[in-house]
Amino acid sequence: MIPAAFDYHRPTDMAGVIALLQEHGDDARVMAGGHSLIPMMKLRMADVPHLIDLQSVSGLGGISIGSENIRIGAMVTQTDIIADDALAKGAPILREAALQIADPQVRNMGTVGGNVANGDPGNDMPGLMQCLDATFSLIGPDGVRDVPARDFYEAAYMTARTDEEVLTAVTIPLPAGGYAYEKQKRKIGDYATAAAAVQIVRDGNICTAASIAMTNLSDTPIYSEAAGAALVGTSVDDAALAAAADAMQGDIDPSEDNRGPVAFKKHVAGVIVRRAITRAWSRA
Amino acid sequence: MKDEVTRDERVANLKGMGCSRKRVEDARFTQGKGNYVDDIKLDGMLFGDFVRTPYAHARIVSINTEEALKVPGVLAVLTAADLEPLGLHWMPTLAGDKQMVLADGKVLFQGQEVAFVVAEDRYAAADGIELVEVEYEELPVIVDPFEALQSDVVLREDLVGEGGTLPDGAHGPRKHHNHIFRWEAGDRDPTAQVIAEAEVVAEESMYYHRTHPCPLETCGCVASMDKVNGKLTLWGTFQAPHAIRTVVSLISGIEEHNIRVISPDIGGGFGNKVGAYPGYVCSVVASIVTGKPVKWIEDRMDNLMTTAFARDYHMTGKIAATREGKITGLQCHVTADHGGFDACADPTKFPAGFMNICTGSYDIPTAYLEVDGVYTNKAPGGVSYRCSFRVTEAVYFIERMIEVLAIELNMDAAELRRINFIKKEQFPYTAALGWEYDSGDYHTAWDKALKAVDYEGLRAEQAQRVADFKAGKTRSLMGIGLSFFTEIVGAGPVKNCDILGLGMFDSCEIRIHPTGSAIARLGTISQGQGHATTFAQILASEIGLPADSITIEEGDTDTAPYGLGTYGSRSTPVAGAATAMAGRKIRAKAQMIAAYLLEVHDNDVEFDVDRFVVKGAPEKFKTMKEIAFAAYNQAIPGIEPGLEAVSYYDPPNMTYPFGAYVCVMDIDVDTGVPDIRRFYALDDCGTRINPMIIEGQVHGGLTEALAVSLGQEIAYDDMGNVKTGTLMDFFLPTAWEVPNYETDHTVTPSPHHPIGAKGVGESPHVGGVPCFSNAVQDAFRPFGNRHTNMPHDHWRIWKTAHDLGLHD
Amino acid sequence: MSDKIHIKMTVNGKPEEFLAEPRELLIYTLRERLNITGPHIGCETSHCGACTVTIGGKSVKACTMFVAQADGADITTIEGIGGPDDLHPLQTAFKEHHGLQCGYCTPGMITRAAALLEENPNPTEEEIRFGMAGNLCRCTGYQNIVKSILAAAAEINASKEAAQ
Repeated sequence: MIPAAFDYHRPTDMAGVIALLQEHGDDARVMAGGHSLIPMMKLRMADVPHLIDLQSVSGLGGISIGSENIRIGAMVTQTDIIADDALAKGAPILREAALQIADPQVRNMGTVGGNVANGDPGNDMPGLMQCLDATFSLIGPDGVRDVPARDFYEAAYMTARTDEEVLTAVTIPLPAGGYAYEKQKRKIGDYATAAAAVQIVRDGNICTAASIAMTNLSDTPIYSEAAGAALVGTSVDDAALAAAADAMQGDIDPSEDNRGPVAFKKHVAGVIVRRAITRAWSRA
Repeated sequence: MKDEVTRDERVANLKGMGCSRKRVEDARFTQGKGNYVDDIKLDGMLFGDFVRTPYAHARIVSINTEEALKVPGVLAVLTAADLEPLGLHWMPTLAGDKQMVLADGKVLFQGQEVAFVVAEDRYAAADGIELVEVEYEELPVIVDPFEALQSDVVLREDLVGEGGTLPDGAHGPRKHHNHIFRWEAGDRDPTAQVIAEAEVVAEESMYYHRTHPCPLETCGCVASMDKVNGKLTLWGTFQAPHAIRTVVSLISGIEEHNIRVISPDIGGGFGNKVGAYPGYVCSVVASIVTGKPVKWIEDRMDNLMTTAFARDYHMTGKIAATREGKITGLQCHVTADHGGFDACADPTKFPAGFMNICTGSYDIPTAYLEVDGVYTNKAPGGVSYRCSFRVTEAVYFIERMIEVLAIELNMDAAELRRINFIKKEQFPYTAALGWEYDSGDYHTAWDKALKAVDYEGLRAEQAQRVADFKAGKTRSLMGIGLSFFTEIVGAGPVKNCDILGLGMFDSCEIRIHPTGSAIARLGTISQGQGHATTFAQILASEIGLPADSITIEEGDTDTAPYGLGTYGSRSTPVAGAATAMAGRKIRAKAQMIAAYLLEVHDNDVEFDVDRFVVKGAPEKFKTMKEIAFAAYNQAIPGIEPGLEAVSYYDPPNMTYPFGAYVCVMDIDVDTGVPDIRRFYALDDCGTRINPMIIEGQVHGGLTEALAVSLGQEIAYDDMGNVKTGTLMDFFLPTAWEVPNYETDHTVTPSPHHPIGAKGVGESPHVGGVPCFSNAVQDAFRPFGNRHTNMPHDHWRIWKTAHDLGLHD
Repeated sequence: MSDKIHIKMTVNGKPEEFLAEPRELLIYTLRERLNITGPHIGCETSHCGACTVTIGGKSVKACTMFVAQADGADITTIEGIGGPDDLHPLQTAFKEHHGLQCGYCTPGMITRAAALLEENPNPTEEEIRFGMAGNLCRCTGYQNIVKSILAAAAEINASKEAAQ
């Protein structure tokens, strides 16, 4: 498995990245950790004449936790997410999810930016970011713009990011309440058969807010507004769980693959979302 | 004179049989100094790689290599047209069929080799492959063997005569153009009669899916033709280096003494590396053409898609019994999917391997087996993936039929096994399908296993779980998987076992050095089994020199005696026996030398651990070390100088290891996720040479069994595309998915083996697969499950639950 | 073919400098250019971990990194972890507890385990199984690998204590 030849660029600032993207257009791709792109290049399923490595670009790292938001630089790795104790306090669902991504070596290379920007329906961070109502910062020739994660994904590998833009950071409103990231997979290193990200706010015995997103159950991550809405105002009892799962089913559209046929995936999605809600509720 | 060390200490110093000697191989492996084939780097070495077809069945209209040859660094592109003048565009398979080396007019499976690009480095080769233009004309694809036997589509035109006649195949008449062979064992009519008259008959069809051995190191080789001296050296991942040398000589015309085959360290084999592959032939040709060494190494997709699948057996059985559960007869029919070429690695007379061990551990008076081999548009292979030839299939079949019969009889499956076991006093036991089992004590092993796991307690717990499930208190079920297997390994007696006409004996040659150390060479080749450690232990016990003073060498055909290699758990039963026998020849000569030195008659000295002592006068002795030196510096009348021996061992029979396994599994009914709570494995491999290594073999074999039964498959779509071509989809469990195993043993030596050893490497796989599968199936038995096919991955387990109405 | 670029890296403490095509995969750089053949190639899709090396203290799969990315990197392979005169406790423990069979996964396995013990000097069995899940072994069933790592951790901790 040998990739086709390419020119390699390692710019040190974002202006340099943008200039390269403008110069080479479709022929250029930016790369963070490379663990999605390199296998595709090795299988010659991605043709990248100009590879722009982001590792030396300043300003793409760091996790900062403010009073209202968390900002995570695009080059922050899954390992960084897991290791950050303040982040684990502020948004514990991130560590819980990151631990369920790939394996230790891959998490050392895999970045948040790469995971969310690639548009691979199997990636876990996009659904998670939709659940958390994150905003993605994109920089391009025309400057900076923010796109909500819930509006970012259009189809498999198709996102709101244009070819000349780079995703630089993810901003997450500080989450409240209980959380859970529940993922069924065949083994460590696998994509989800079904995964659910849930954040839930509880006042006494009543749910006051709930956010639910599903992974690998459509060609994009699925933020199921209806599933969250089905929980609000309830005590998250069996009826509410059933209503939320039903609402979620209306939003997903899984396809058959080696993990199983559609009926199985839908069923498991229902089980997983119930378990995630139950666990999040118990933590709320 | 008094000994300074006790006899026990002298025994311990030898590190002979029975001790957990640490492995001598480990120093280099743990320091990154192993020497695997891809580590070989020769001056001017070129790289070869294949253009492979994306289509499973197509005619080749044209191949254009012009653009590829323009890539800087690309030196040659070989196609069938280039090989044809040499007669090398096809090659013989181990199963009596022939196989295309490079596509000759058509392709028969996805990934088949079409052209071989030879370049200065692997990058240029890869770029060249991209530019070879092949025009295909697609043909109808058949991936189902039952469809193949009905279809007008001819897969192998080369096997159809004029006017559509069907010449006989290597194993007799063929009944259809896509049929390869029919093979029978046992008595057809008497078995049919027993079944017709039986009080109870259980019938079941099962599919043992297609999978792959997938060693972590793929297959590969380096061919180096020295044109000056006319010598070809071929390094490769060969489980049978001598057989490869003979095959290369036969198909290339190079005289065998001018070919040196070397198997360096091998990164796991599991059956994948027994056969001969187009890559080997093309590398040799490319080296001859270019005059330079040529390396070919498969990538993982090549490996999974093209070299050596395992299983793909569609099995239908009928088992007859009395109402009390005494089995009276067994019938089995197999439709065997062999893919585009019959490249099974079986002894010549056994086109379905030892599938006729399918009466298992049970005293079944009447049986009949019939196997039909069929061509389809899938990769060739049919190798023994961590088992003796087709024994996993046989054991899976009988261990499922037993469970199904237990359901039919409404009986406990452990008890049903017990009342049908061959009894200890019946050994040697001749089974209805012909094999003579050497030794066994099944009842003792079974009772020990059931007691160890508290079988009664487990069943009570399971009953409670079922009650809780029905009451809505849990969504988890509990399965108790049982399996009692008898392996048939150590192929084999030359009178009925050969590969390409080469008898399946094995060999050992020993040279004792003057200072009392030694080197022994064998015809086998370790792929992780630790031969350098264990064969030295056998010798240490046989010749009384410390194992640490004995080097074991394998894999170089210029130095090692001829042998048939390592697979089918044959190393210990055959080469291990040769080692012991060669050691005994050394000892016999040493006895004469000792007698001479001690000035007594030969019969007046006897062997004691590490020396010969004068009978009745233990203070008079000569150590083996002293004797070794004497062999080189004394002129002893009537005895040649030196101390060497060689033994070629033709085993009188196969060996029959057995074991009792129990698996306890919890199953999440809603997601189909299994959780292996406990796995107990009792193995009886006869005399135990190195318990540490045996235990390691059991852990590894069970883990491969877990993989095969719970998810590992080579799956095709209707177009013949491989759906599981990378390790994302081809299930190899990580440390996270694998449990800790409890190991146990009994010891029933083989009566015909010089040291009583039977072999163990494959037992855990053979016994493990049905055990895991039975655990899954047993969990659903209380709800009406009878049989579901492997692999029991999440969705199939879920489907079992779903079909039983457990999600309603 | 694209232009070769100038690469500098440190491998097992030794500075290396050469020209290479950017697409050269780090595993081939190590194995074929620098003759460091301890790390192996098993799957080529970052699933098996046979190619594991340590870069800047972190375990990385060298089959999924271009040499260009590793320009400037400080790399440790199994050869840098310990040799005949200074065996790492993991190397000793793998032999002592039969943590290997064919040896093909072993360099990656030990290299990863060494990093794991840096990250977590006192791992539980569960933490070892989780922390080693990026490395496949086809021979051992992992049981003795886990045992070896537990033993090495105990050994390392004991000698640290003794040194204090």
